[in-house]
Amino acid sequence: MADTAFDLIVVGGGPGGYVAAIRASQLGLKTALVEAQHLGGICLNWGCIPTKALLKSAEVWHTLQRLDEFGLAADNISFDLDKIVKRSRNVAGQLTGGVSHLLKKNKVTVIDGWAKLNGPGKLNVEKDGKAVGSFTAKHIILATGARARELPGLEADGKLIWTYREALVPNMMPKSLLVVGSGAIGIEFASFFNTLGAEVTVVEVMDRVLPVEDAEISAMAHKAFTKQGMKLHLKTTVTKLDRGKNNVTATLDHGDGKTSQITTDRVIMAVGITGNVENIGLETAGVKADRGHIAVNGYAETGVPGLYAIGDVAGPPWLAHKASHEGIVCVEKIAGVKDVHPFDNSNIPGCTYCSPQVASVGLTEAGATEKGHKVRVGRFPLMANGKAIALGEPDGMIKTVFDDKTGELLGAHMIGAEVTEMIQGYTIARTLETTEAELVHTVFPHPTVSEAMHESVLDSLNRAIHF
Amino acid sequence: MPITITMPALSPTMTEGRIARWFKTEGEEVIAGDVLAEIETDKATMELEAIDDGILGKILVPGETDGVAVNTPIALVLEEGEDASAMDGFVTSAPVAPAAPAPTTEAAPVAAPVAPAAVAPAASAAEGQRIIASPLARRIATDSGLDLALVKGSGPRGRIVKADVLGAQGTAKSAPAIPAAPSAPIVIPATSVEPTEIPLTTMRKTIAKRLVAAKQEIPHIYLTIECELDALLALRKQVNERKPDSKVSVNDFIVKASALALKDVPAVNASWTDTAMIQYNTIDISIAVAIEGGLITPIVRNADLKSLVVISGEVKELAGRAKEGKLMPEEYQGGGFSISNLGMFGIKEFSAIINPPQSAILAVGAGEQRPVVKDGALSVATVMSCTMSCDHRVVDGALGAQWLAAFKGYIEDPLGMLL
Repeated sequence: MADTAFDLIVVGGGPGGYVAAIRASQLGLKTALVEAQHLGGICLNWGCIPTKALLKSAEVWHTLQRLDEFGLAADNISFDLDKIVKRSRNVAGQLTGGVSHLLKKNKVTVIDGWAKLNGPGKLNVEKDGKAVGSFTAKHIILATGARARELPGLEADGKLIWTYREALVPNMMPKSLLVVGSGAIGIEFASFFNTLGAEVTVVEVMDRVLPVEDAEISAMAHKAFTKQGMKLHLKTTVTKLDRGKNNVTATLDHGDGKTSQITTDRVIMAVGITGNVENIGLETAGVKADRGHIAVNGYAETGVPGLYAIGDVAGPPWLAHKASHEGIVCVEKIAGVKDVHPFDNSNIPGCTYCSPQVASVGLTEAGATEKGHKVRVGRFPLMANGKAIALGEPDGMIKTVFDDKTGELLGAHMIGAEVTEMIQGYTIARTLETTEAELVHTVFPHPTVSEAMHESVLDSLNRAIHF
Repeated sequence: MPITITMPALSPTMTEGRIARWFKTEGEEVIAGDVLAEIETDKATMELEAIDDGILGKILVPGETDGVAVNTPIALVLEEGEDASAMDGFVTSAPVAPAAPAPTTEAAPVAAPVAPAAVAPAASAAEGQRIIASPLARRIATDSGLDLALVKGSGPRGRIVKADVLGAQGTAKSAPAIPAAPSAPIVIPATSVEPTEIPLTTMRKTIAKRLVAAKQEIPHIYLTIECELDALLALRKQVNERKPDSKVSVNDFIVKASALALKDVPAVNASWTDTAMIQYNTIDISIAVAIEGGLITPIVRNADLKSLVVISGEVKELAGRAKEGKLMPEEYQGGGFSISNLGMFGIKEFSAIINPPQSAILAVGAGEQRPVVKDGALSVATVMSCTMSCDHRVVDGALGAQWLAAFKGYIEDPLGMLL
């Protein structure tokens, strides 16, 4: 009989769960991980990674449309959607195998099945209706993740109305597409299909696209998307989806009493996500889910001794790196590592891989003002950055928000080429509590797009050199 | 290869010290055991002895240099057969020179300016130990006039971060305001004199740091009791007549009485830590001794087991060496309880600041004749007021009162101390 008693059992093998399990094992805890489907979770299999693979194909395709600009020419350019999707699946498959190897290397016991709490410290695991076994652990971390939120009456059917799942493995190239929701997920799919030539319409209930971003970034993104041919309807809701034989007719409510109808081949629902809190035995341990999520403190503690929740199931922001870091803080606290600081929700960068890319960390200008900061704002357009021009991607801006008195970098907001790779610079600055003075005195390499990060800081002091 | 002499750590807590003076000059021969230099720490003066024979090749940190960090290279000694050229290319700026890998000749070209490189860290350290704080924490502290030396860091390796400064600001604000200046007009002399700036000694800085920390961290409570001294004074007279060579002082009786009271009420002989209370199993009493430029607390160890005469002799000897700055670290570090006596200065009563990590300090006032009421009649007695400051986390009021009652018992019935 295999082991059934552990120091720690992690439920869910996504970027929160598997990272927590590896860290726990590093710290000497006897650790098991229960996963019902795919190691790597949504992130590796149905989220971050496969979408990046798709978007890379779209980016190359977009470049092919612009060959002449770069002095190049090619004939008979075409794409094969099946091959694009296949590449995306292979990338996901490769990484899932990698996670499995990492868990093995770190001596984490992987249990294949669906775990259900059976009172504090106890779990039953089932696979295909059959019991796999009963397990006990001093500590249990729930990392069960989340799934697409459904709106009543607008449920996805997987055929004409997709969620991210179907959109990742499209069986046909829609000529027209309606995307409901302009958050990161909605916009990335909109960007992908739009680049490949679909007629894309995006509906957003808020008054701007990418509504969590700084208003100026949203405005620039809106302009860029419109230029690329997307149609954007703001302050608009979808009230009805009528499925035809091979298309869907949506009724849009534009909020001012006006309604309209639009017929598209497919619809993608991207209206947020909801935590996987059902059927995991929460009630047996005395934990209640609140609006689809489990409430936790900075150490991911649920209030029930020995029971923790991390990642998407523990609430926003719904980001893989948030889940991983939360998992590490949680495990280090359990293992009694000295000076573990509670998880800081205010310094998590967010990236959206549309074209142009969007990345941000910290407070928006409006958010900072709302919190009572007197702010100093720096802005630098990429059209004044040599590298961005050389890349042929001069659309974009870098915006920095500082506290006027202390010089604290409150937030940074970027749109344009390579910004998702650059946001970590500002995130490190924030972690180290850097003020504008140290950023001003940092030498940025030339020629890089990152010089615009420096210039933005300089601009906050009215000292920008190149604009 | 030259031997690097580094600033020694004379005690486990020592982080920096002052090089008072060098007894050897560059080029002078040294033999193992020779005194090379005099090092001052916050509390004592120590002699730095040569461990190996050789020639003092180079003094990297001159005499009268303050704030030299422990492990800073301070001199190079040439071994037998080496000449000054052996020092060329010697990487003296290595932060932990003794443990650093042996420098090779390949390193020579880059390490040519030997002396400046070595002196630089000492010079910057002269400002005091480097405070590790984030830029933002520094900015906020500067803007609000907060001294970062008084802030405890919660970041990685004790780094002071914004939250620590904001927290400390909160505490600082609740500190009592400086009393308003008297309203009477002050006549300023015609020849206005600029104030004199007196540089801080290492000891002054340590005292400041520890006392501020004690007052900020320890919830002090103060309990005052009056003890009649007439019986003790009579006994002391008898003892000193019997042993005229070793004059026992009232303070020696107080040390002994405190030791016995600690034995009776051991819960006072303890320290607070975040995880547990540490109760000491020996009775070691720190005695505050005023010395030039500050004070120091030599310890009478196992005071409960020692006779009055032994205690008396030890206190005299320790106080004498304390005034000369000659105490060894172990002679003033530790202790479970402190006594501060200002009676000889005519102070009637006062409250002392606890000497961490201890939990109590007894402030002893002057014994003086005061009217007392006994059985409804007024009479005169020699009375001494003693105020104990207690760390309320360890010593509650009732426990402190119990200790003071035991102490008063021994003072007023001093024969009990001799039994």
